[in-house]
Amino acid sequence: MRRFSMGGQWPLVLLLAVASVTRIYAQSPKDAAFLSVLGELREASYSDKASIAERLSQTGHSSVRVVLTALLEDRLYYRNSDQKVFVVKTADADPLALIDPLSLKAAGSAPADGMTKIGTNNSLRHTLKMTVAHFSLGSADAAVRLDAVHEMSLSLDEETVALLRKRLAVETNSGVRKEISIALALSTLDGSDSRARLQAVATLSDSVSQDVRNRLALLLDKSPDGTFVESDAKVRQAAAAAVESIDRWRTFYSDIQTLFFGLSLGSVLVLIAIGLAITFGVMGVINMAHGELMMLGAYTTYVVQTAMPEHIGISILVAIPAAFAVSGLMGVLMERTIIRYLYGRPLETLLATFGVSLLLQQLVRSIFTALNRSVITPDWMSGELKLNDALSITYNRLYIVIFTLIVFSAIVAVFKRTRLGLDIRAVSQNRAMAKAMGIRTEWVDAMTFGLGAGIAGVAGVALSQLTNVGPDLGQSYIIDSFMVVVFGGVGNLWGSLIGGMSMGVTNKLLEPWIGAVLAKIFVLVALILFIQVRPRGLFPPRGRAAEDK
Amino acid sequence: MKRRAMFTTASLLAAGVVFSGVAAAQATIKIGVLHSLSGTMAISETTLKDTVLMMIDAQNKKGGVLGKKLEAVVVDPASNWPLFAEKASQLLEKDKVSVVFGCWTSVSRKSVLPVFEKDNGLLFYPVQYEGEESSKNVIYTGAAPNQQAIPAVDYLMKEVGVKRWVLEGTDYVYPRTTNKILEAYLLAKGVKPADISINYTPFGNSDWQTRVAAIKKFGSAGKKTAVVSTINGDANVPFYKELGNQKISAEDIPVVAFSVGEEELSGLDAKPLVGQLAAWNYFESINTPANKAFIDQWHTFIKNPKRTTNDPMEATYIGFNLWVKAVTKAGTTDPAKVIDTLPGIETPNLTGGTAKVLPNHHITKPVYIGEVKADGQFNVVWKSAGEVAGDAWSDYLPGSKNIEADWVTLKCGNYNTVTKVCSGQNFK
Repeated sequence: MRRFSMGGQWPLVLLLAVASVTRIYAQSPKDAAFLSVLGELREASYSDKASIAERLSQTGHSSVRVVLTALLEDRLYYRNSDQKVFVVKTADADPLALIDPLSLKAAGSAPADGMTKIGTNNSLRHTLKMTVAHFSLGSADAAVRLDAVHEMSLSLDEETVALLRKRLAVETNSGVRKEISIALALSTLDGSDSRARLQAVATLSDSVSQDVRNRLALLLDKSPDGTFVESDAKVRQAAAAAVESIDRWRTFYSDIQTLFFGLSLGSVLVLIAIGLAITFGVMGVINMAHGELMMLGAYTTYVVQTAMPEHIGISILVAIPAAFAVSGLMGVLMERTIIRYLYGRPLETLLATFGVSLLLQQLVRSIFTALNRSVITPDWMSGELKLNDALSITYNRLYIVIFTLIVFSAIVAVFKRTRLGLDIRAVSQNRAMAKAMGIRTEWVDAMTFGLGAGIAGVAGVALSQLTNVGPDLGQSYIIDSFMVVVFGGVGNLWGSLIGGMSMGVTNKLLEPWIGAVLAKIFVLVALILFIQVRPRGLFPPRGRAAEDK
Repeated sequence: MKRRAMFTTASLLAAGVVFSGVAAAQATIKIGVLHSLSGTMAISETTLKDTVLMMIDAQNKKGGVLGKKLEAVVVDPASNWPLFAEKASQLLEKDKVSVVFGCWTSVSRKSVLPVFEKDNGLLFYPVQYEGEESSKNVIYTGAAPNQQAIPAVDYLMKEVGVKRWVLEGTDYVYPRTTNKILEAYLLAKGVKPADISINYTPFGNSDWQTRVAAIKKFGSAGKKTAVVSTINGDANVPFYKELGNQKISAEDIPVVAFSVGEEELSGLDAKPLVGQLAAWNYFESINTPANKAFIDQWHTFIKNPKRTTNDPMEATYIGFNLWVKAVTKAGTTDPAKVIDTLPGIETPNLTGGTAKVLPNHHITKPVYIGEVKADGQFNVVWKSAGEVAGDAWSDYLPGSKNIEADWVTLKCGNYNTVTKVCSGQNFK
């Protein structure tokens, strides 16, 4: 729908340009008819509006497409003072920039409270989409044409079939051509020529669309009087084979999709656990405020978005370093003021950081209130990447998988390639020896904790795109992140990666079978059993350093 | 000039002190407010606490009730169910309040129920709930299932032509009971069991990929499909985001929700939700003089012109006004007498109709279906003909079909019309 509406505005601009050149001066009888039908939209009920829209498109006026698109996009208003209908440039602006529905020229502006929007509801939008689809076939944007063909294929009549045929003759885009030929094949199934029907089934068997499958399955049904809907046995046979093949492909693609769901859930788990893998895994600090550090990251995203409302698209990218800084500084502060006095006393650390987590929650409640904050998803992160009719991958999940891998590689690189990483490893393996070698262990402690906290903040940025940004955000993820770290093996980054991914995939593989509630319980129970058998997790620390711990 | 201003301020302050001293000396009527101000439910319940305070403030400006000022006793049960019972008994036994406005979740209501029944207190419960209950000591000003869920399903069936149903809920008592009623209702209407899919997800579920993909698949069988959502508050945002991302629009598969209102929408980006449906008994966008006055009063009281109003706030408003009328009529604040006076009491609601307390302690409410608009408000697309009487015991569940609640003639919250037995308040 989003793609559709975006596409809809370009032709409008084009048409406006054309209209301003041609200049329609006098009001012809056609204009008068158009205007009078248009006027009826003001007071009509939603169900009447659908038939009015139908009559409007029958007037054949050149403005029909623009006006109906405007109605679909909530951009059709009437002026309260003289009841005159106008198209507006952008809905809900103040003042509204008016466009004359006849000439499609700019017609000044009007304050928003002097205008009334002509509303739509779902069923009206549904009808309008169908009507506008007829016009959209000529759009310059292939994606808009594809949507239009798809919309039309859902309700095929003689007129739409004729339109599609005409379009197929001039269509150059292969994707749109394919979609049109599928739509035409669907319409052929209703025809009387059995050879044409057989041909159509053959065309359709290449598709993996559920709509096509449903239509083909109908051919195998029996009428109430016992005869087959499809009289030709050959066509029936072909249809049965086609249905089977489509089902097979769809199952295959849905397995791939489940795998992707699992990986994407896994990468969220990994992302929230990496920071903890550093503070808990490497330093051995049980940080109960880890979730709240993520929450700070999510709120940072909100603040960044509020600060740059004009650039939502890049606000997320700005928020990543900002969240790292905010949470990282908070981490350093925590380490310097509280945690460093509690090294080697896990119980006290646990209680103290739990206290910090409550403090941070209340701090956020006091500043931002207890209500959730709305973080906007930028356009480039919404929607899905449609690989074919059976397999689509949502962009936000795709980016989060990629983002997790980037963050993970960055952390591994820091540990392996930088001086800080070397120091961290040295201190965590043998503190006394590292000190003897001249490493400022206190400074390394603060930096390590800051790094872990900063990564938590970065995870918060990602979470702000997936879930509610509220004071309780951290609490809902803290258990999961500890589970991943313990499962993967304390002190091992790769363990967290493998652990998180396998937990995510297991969860998602089970979910279709036993439901979300049981899947979660199952994973938890399996994890407890696993820890019984291998208390040190998937990848236990080895060597002399491990013995000391 | 400056000195005089200071003098005036000082004398005003002094007057204030004297006045409040006098007021404190006078007997006041205590009103208990039992809403969570911290914890997970604070987000919803704090608003209702403020609504009660606003109503008390306004009533005091009108001279209070029975010549006495009202005084709020606010306690914080902190979203902690056992604490609700504790705080309720504190309100009733220690503070001796005349009435309590409170609770949001069904579990909190169930936990205070024995306390109110033991101490014979009076509770106004302002939130839509799953029904199957009628207590002598509770007035239910929120919607019963027949005032929200059933009309919503009817709307989808008749106006939208839905043939296939996904009942999607969070795994706890309200969705489970509501879905049980809806399933029985749909089956009674001739929907095939294969066309109903019921699913539950854990609280705060944030990964909806699998469920939404399953809904998409269920909805692609060639019949018009709708989702009836009893998903609890926090899980809604990721749910609608996932619907938007997987390109399921309201025109293809509409989602009707029973717990998404103006307040919830104000905390999220409403664009992916446009066209999705909600069923309530009140919408902020309904244009009546009473509603406009209420919204203005709220904005002035809360000092924030951007705060929204919502359905439970209207239910609180109605409950408060019903109590004031009953107390005035009874001439006393004694909860036992007020409870007996309440059935039959009427007060205007905010949408131009009348709320009347029924013998089963529920009230009459109009039902509205609204479509979400991009600004987080609702566009009303359907309205019930007049008010619907709240039904405590659902007519569609085999267990409660013959049960009736009547506190006027039968004096029973759970009367079996077949066996002619009153089996106490809790249905067994």
